[in-house]
Amino acid sequence: MTPLLVVAFLLVAAGGTVVVLTHEPSRQAVTLSVYGVLLTLLFVLLQAPDVALSQVAVGSAVVPLMVLLAVRKVRGKR
Amino acid sequence: MTRSARWIVFWLGAGGVGALIVLALLKMPSFGGIVHPYRELSVPAAIGRSAPNIVSSVNFDQRALDTLGEETILLGSVVGAAALLRPSKDEREQLDQDEGRVLEATKLLGYLMLPVTLIVGLDVVTHGHLTPGGGFQGGVVLATAVHLLYVAGSYRMLRRVRPKTWYQVAEAVAGGAFVILGLVGLLLTGAFLANIFPRGVLGDLFSSGTVFYLNVAVGAEVTSGVVVLLSGFLAQALSVREVR
Repeated sequence: MTPLLVVAFLLVAAGGTVVVLTHEPSRQAVTLSVYGVLLTLLFVLLQAPDVALSQVAVGSAVVPLMVLLAVRKVRGKR
Repeated sequence: MTRSARWIVFWLGAGGVGALIVLALLKMPSFGGIVHPYRELSVPAAIGRSAPNIVSSVNFDQRALDTLGEETILLGSVVGAAALLRPSKDEREQLDQDEGRVLEATKLLGYLMLPVTLIVGLDVVTHGHLTPGGGFQGGVVLATAVHLLYVAGSYRMLRRVRPKTWYQVAEAVAGGAFVILGLVGLLLTGAFLANIFPRGVLGDLFSSGTVFYLNVAVGAEVTSGVVVLLSGFLAQALSVREVR
């Protein structure tokens, strides 16, 4: 395992922990998006560009957007 | 079930799964090894079928049935989410007069990126058999491109250029096209989803036989599916109001 891969694995582990420890859902959407980018980096380093493309599009853009929209809808009911 | 009984069931399950995972991990080949039985079989098969992107060849040719299953799961979840997100009896769609202000920098970047994202999405879909990516990845990129109109412009603008029913129809048609291509393969060669198009020259745009066409079908299905899904979320967050 190259040092670069070790760094990527540690970043993914740290990123995942930050997502779990973020309690506010709207903030969690942002940390989830950052985590998605870190995971993309790992997939690129593991030479899986197909998976990396899916991950960056779904994990860093579409899913956080759906979370933010859901949070906005729930908050709007006052 | 009492609280302690629940814990016993949980620990039995967790212990069983944990033991199986440890057993499986102990038997795993070491990280980054040189023995790859699947590579040895799939790479020559993919190259022999004029599809230099091995992943696409596996997804759309060698194991196309699995991909049909995946697409059906996507279709099912979009239909389910759309059904849950539709306005209920005491809700009406009502657009806000004032949509807030968009930063000039956001507008500029959004309108600059919109055509770039569209082209990248189309490129990823149509070159799925040649370069990394394919219908799924390109489809999500295309759907993201459409929504840059919301980020840079306004919700009204997005709704105007995105007639929801078109995308609903497109999703059904594209999902059906995958199955029809499979059935044509069954009729002509005796195997579901078997290749029916000429393989072409390795590296050409129109090569790899069915892989190209299935990629386009999946690209259309995923684009429409994500647009329909996000339109449900956007409508609920921005325009669906309770009426009393």
